[in-house]
Amino acid sequence: MTDDNKPVDEHSGLQTTGHSWDGISELNNPLPRWWLYTWYITIGIAVIYMILMPAIPALPGLGTNTPGLRNHSDRDNVSLAISEMQQKRQSDATALLDASLRDIETDRDLQQFALAMGESLFGDNCATCHGAGGRGAKGYPVLADDIWLWDGTLEGIETTLRHGIRHEEDEDTRFSAMPRFGQDGFLTAAQISDLTEYVLHLSDRSDDPEAVERASGNWVAQCSSCHGDQGKGDRTQGAPDLTDADWLFGDSKRDIFDTIYHARNSHMPAWEGRLDDASIKALAVYVHSLGGGE
Amino acid sequence: MGLMNNHGVLERHSLLLTVGILVVVSIGGIIQMAPLMYMDNTIEKVDGMRPYTPLELLGRDIYVREGCYVCHSQMVRPLRDEVERYGHYSLAAESMYDHPFQWGSKRTGPDLARVGGKYSVTWQVDHLKDPRALVPESVMPPYAFLAEKPLRTKDISARLRTERLVGVPYTDGMIENAEAHLLAQADPEGRGFEFVDDLVSAYAEAAGREGSFELRDFDGDPERVTEMDALVAYLQMTGTLVDFSTYEADDLENRR
Amino acid sequence: MVQTHAYNYRDNTSLYLVSGALVFFLSLALLIARYAADQAMEVQSWTFIGLAMAFLLGTIFWASNNADRNPFDEAEYEDTIVKWGVIASVFWGLAGLLVGLIIALQLTFPNIFYFPELGWTNFGRLRPLHTSAVIFAFGGNVLIATSFYVVQRTCRTRLAGGMWPWFVFWGYQIFIVLAATGYLVGVTQSKEYAEPEWYVDWWLTLVWVGYLLVFLGTLWKRKEPHIYVANWFYLSFIVTIAMLHIVNNLSVPVSLTGSKSVQVFAGVQDAMTQWWYGHNAVGFFLTTGFLAIMYYFIPKRVNRPVYSYRLSIVHFWSLIFIYIWAGPHHLHYTALPQWAQTLGMAFSIMLWMPSWGGMINGVMTLSGAWDKLRTDPVVRMMVVSLAFYGMATFEGPLMSVRAVNALSHYTEWGIGHVHSGALGWVGYISFGALYCLAPWLWKRKDLYSNNLVEWHFWISTVGILFYMISMWFAGITEGLMWRAYNEFGFLEYSFVETVEAKHISYMIRALGGGLYFIGAVIMAYNLCRTALGHGEARDEVSATPQNDIHSTLQPAE
Ligand code: HEC
Ligand code: HEC
Ligand code: HEC
Ligand code: HEM
Ligand code: HEM
Ligand SMILES: [Ca+2]
Ligand SMILES: [Ca+2]
Ligand SMILES: [Cu+2]
Repeated sequence: MTDDNKPVDEHSGLQTTGHSWDGISELNNPLPRWWLYTWYITIGIAVIYMILMPAIPALPGLGTNTPGLRNHSDRDNVSLAISEMQQKRQSDATALLDASLRDIETDRDLQQFALAMGESLFGDNCATCHGAGGRGAKGYPVLADDIWLWDGTLEGIETTLRHGIRHEEDEDTRFSAMPRFGQDGFLTAAQISDLTEYVLHLSDRSDDPEAVERASGNWVAQCSSCHGDQGKGDRTQGAPDLTDADWLFGDSKRDIFDTIYHARNSHMPAWEGRLDDASIKALAVYVHSLGGGE
Repeated sequence: MGLMNNHGVLERHSLLLTVGILVVVSIGGIIQMAPLMYMDNTIEKVDGMRPYTPLELLGRDIYVREGCYVCHSQMVRPLRDEVERYGHYSLAAESMYDHPFQWGSKRTGPDLARVGGKYSVTWQVDHLKDPRALVPESVMPPYAFLAEKPLRTKDISARLRTERLVGVPYTDGMIENAEAHLLAQADPEGRGFEFVDDLVSAYAEAAGREGSFELRDFDGDPERVTEMDALVAYLQMTGTLVDFSTYEADDLENRR
Repeated sequence: MVQTHAYNYRDNTSLYLVSGALVFFLSLALLIARYAADQAMEVQSWTFIGLAMAFLLGTIFWASNNADRNPFDEAEYEDTIVKWGVIASVFWGLAGLLVGLIIALQLTFPNIFYFPELGWTNFGRLRPLHTSAVIFAFGGNVLIATSFYVVQRTCRTRLAGGMWPWFVFWGYQIFIVLAATGYLVGVTQSKEYAEPEWYVDWWLTLVWVGYLLVFLGTLWKRKEPHIYVANWFYLSFIVTIAMLHIVNNLSVPVSLTGSKSVQVFAGVQDAMTQWWYGHNAVGFFLTTGFLAIMYYFIPKRVNRPVYSYRLSIVHFWSLIFIYIWAGPHHLHYTALPQWAQTLGMAFSIMLWMPSWGGMINGVMTLSGAWDKLRTDPVVRMMVVSLAFYGMATFEGPLMSVRAVNALSHYTEWGIGHVHSGALGWVGYISFGALYCLAPWLWKRKDLYSNNLVEWHFWISTVGILFYMISMWFAGITEGLMWRAYNEFGFLEYSFVETVEAKHISYMIRALGGGLYFIGAVIMAYNLCRTALGHGEARDEVSATPQNDIHSTLQPAE
């Protein structure tokens, strides 16, 4: 099928298509075989896939899409996968649910299981606030030491997790409220400044004995009911020990002043509802194991 | 040779070529997009979805403006690990009032579809102000400036009206009282006090239940309504609207 | 040959029409600035006013300087605009790469590269700036410049429309600046690759329709009987982008003087529309458009005929038909109904070979000139770009397989894929074209230095490899970590542990990006000196064949 009018490309000896644009001409080589056949194969695969899976939508009023021979559903599959997984964990999980927290700690297998589960859950749910491994952050207590605001026993920790702290939607939440002494006008800024010195003096860091002296009256009247005469704290109210030089909200004068002026009354969410019982139990065991469990 | 001779016609007529191209590139799009507008199994039947409150809506605008979507998805896929990590897989119904959608395409940060209520409001504020103070490994930018910027509420009614124009069922009352509703949510004990009941009843009716949003100051400064207030109000709402206790996964319209 | 009549009536109309249009939009912008509903809109209006004013004054100045000759002389190619296009491409290319480098560094060293007081420098605002700058500002300018060059040469006629091509060019730059400054002040629709708000979308629509008409008009008055294959690709790119842009940006402004608008579609429908758009922005902007470049510059540079006309036809039509369907592969496992996902995956697989058709046609065009790979670094760059194109279009269908996507989606793997296409294919074919164009346009015998092209090539190639390998590694690691279970069947890693695990990869990526940027700086320097006529570019060629419309005016038949 040669056409004498069409120029011949010298290199390949083939005729061009006869056109030339700005000096560019075209050969007309056949489609590469491997290319064509690979394409046919991909088309074949695609068509088979479309027959197996939901694929073709319907025209208006004509119902739904083709369900596909495999009747596939991601949502069914994931429900299945989750229930399978839960089944696999079932025996351990029921054992976890049945056992008392103490038993869990003494049964090695159960403990290992609980720790693995707890650690896993801690990473995405708790570490955001309490830091990896419970190292804490400003405003969010360290869980890896033996200083507890509320309760460091297994049961105590479980209660904290289940109901949260100052989580108002939960009736059984741990609750106490340090008054906003400055903000609500109970004390003047000067008085609070003195109290700051007093608080510092509790951990031997004050260098202003006169201010401490001036504040002692207010301390007894306003603070000792929660933090105790000696400032040792009161765990029934979550009032921290102020003598241990371990600060939740920072150790600078500014931080302490702000705490007394505004009060922090920080909030820990309740996990009941978001996490299931086994998870909460496992977390309690895990937190208890972090270092300072009582 | 037939193919090539016929093709010559297109090569000689630029308009024919243009029309040919247009026809060829229209087909796929029409077949994929149009059915989503009329087929019944596109959006699941659920209880609880309601239009966003004015404060949440403006918070969502901040989310869009700051480009949170470039790092955070809002689409939990039906895969085992995602359901375990983030909670129930996302439904199409959950974004039915999202103009535009915020599913995202990259997870530099975790999925946020169900972050609502997971953390405390204070944590959200602390974290947005300085992510690395709380999570040292984080690469998220700091957003402390949001707490300094007063929220612009000027044309909030027009904003809601436009949403209604494209199909979000805001009522006349919601549109008229949008600014008051916003104040009621962000400062329920102060300036917004008298509108609280109205806000609660309007949106409770839309959602079919009460308590689908928090009434409070969010950013720690009750005196002011800032962009931080709005953004945190939005975040605390994400993923909390649909009532999964009444959701029937096996229903044909909900299947995927 | 020399035309003496100064202003022919028809050409004048375009000048007056463009100026009139500018005056009209200027007044509109003044009104909006005066009654702006929000501060961002005010800033944007004044930005527009400044730019349009400069354009208008420039036009007046230029027209009065040309009073003694016809600036739209049909006997000459319109090349000044292409020169501007080359300059704009290099400028925006450097800007876009620099922003890419900055955001890469932000993810690597967040404590150093975030400025808490400067909220507008945050990652969330700079990332869209980067994507728009490289795709639309750099890529778009390369496409406009080369299409204007190619369509004139292959139609053997001057660009149609008199002043209108200039409106397209400057209007497009205005679009870029409005979009970019908009992101910085917080104006965005959050739709990836379509972030600009409604008024910028409308402006772009206008400019784009102008582009289509100029291009069609030039085809219309062509002096070649047939339309060259590069122009099929350019045409499909222009037409389809217009369609995609309009549909994906359907939104209702809250107020005609405010920057905010509300998308018409919501949720799942909006997601489908977005990725129908987003995928085909890749398909028609970054693929079809750049294939057009390939179809002119490779045969031209190596001086060999295109390998197969038949392959051109088959892969052109199959490519554009199938591409449109592949969008849902961005929405695998989401709440998008499964039937659509199936179509997305099936068509992506069928897309593999049509994509490779372009690569085969390009590479095989070299048969008979393989030695040029060794001797001409510009040719090498363009051929390597085809290799990256082949790689990205193999990886793409692979990632479209749902089981693979379950792992790759949301991870750095996607970023690796994007940049093998973007840095390797889009970047290199563009650089190749720019290296060709500079001597041709400025009438130089050669580039200032071919050695520098070698340097550019090798530095950038190492950069690309660093980028891609680190992101593949990071992506797969991250994907596997997300789904890893410990021996008791619980998730092994928390999310932040996966963030931490990517740190080294982020460092290598930033290094790779830095190298790529350095390469581009070398190119900019080389092109500058070429235009100035230094070094090997010293010798001026008075009229190369390509520059003289008459030397090729006589039809072949
Ligand atoms: C939104 C942040 C946040 C999250 C998430 C969080 N916590 Fe807390 N948690 C706190 C705060 C704040 C306190 C301190 C409350 C107070 O001051 O009394 C606290 C207190 C505790 C306490 C009591 C410490 C003590 O000294 O008595 C325990 C135990 C605890 N958290 C464990 C957990 C566990 C386990 C998780 C995950 C399931 C978790 N927390 C998630 C914020 C959080
Ligand atoms: C009603 C009980 C109550 C009273 C009264 C009270 N506090 Fe507190 N205080 C608390 C609680 C509870 C916390 C822990 C707050 C939290 O975890 O958010 C706390 C925390 C503190 C802290 C922060 C400790 C740290 O680790 O950062 C300081 C300092 C403090 N109180 C000082 C005072 C002073 C001074 C007074 C008196 C003017 C006072 N408190 C009165 C309950 C009280
Ligand atoms: C550069 C990417 C990036 C941007 C932009 C970004 N984030 Fe993040 N975000 C992260 C990373 C990484 C984490 C995980 C580490 C952490 O908790 O800080 C995170 C965590 C979070 C979390 C905690 C989620 C959880 O379940 O632990 C919230 C809430 C959040 N971001 C909200 C936002 C909002 C709102 C914006 C926009 C104003 C935003 N982020 C912008 C990267 C980003
Ligand atoms: C046959 C050709 C191709 C196919 C089938 C394909 C497929 C894909 C897939 C499956 C994704 C991942 C979607 C996700 O999981 O989020 C993706 C993302 C992407 N691809 Fe490709 N790809 C192809 C070619 C290319 C080329 C040549 C480029 C050129 C630059 C490119 C640019 C992109 C971009 C920019 C994204 C990111 C989109 C986003 O999430 O923002 N692709 N592609
Ligand atoms: C110096 C070279 C470059 C560097 C350092 C760089 C860096 C980056 C970074 C850090 C991101 C964000 C990734 C993330 O969110 O995790 C990104 C995204 C992106 N870049 Fe680049 N980039 C470069 C060049 C380019 C070029 C030349 C193009 C296109 C022609 C391009 C197109 C894109 C696109 C489309 C995305 C979005 C991807 C997605 O959404 O999936 N980049 N780039
Ligand atoms: Ca406030
Ligand atoms: Ca847009
Ligand atoms: Cu795609």
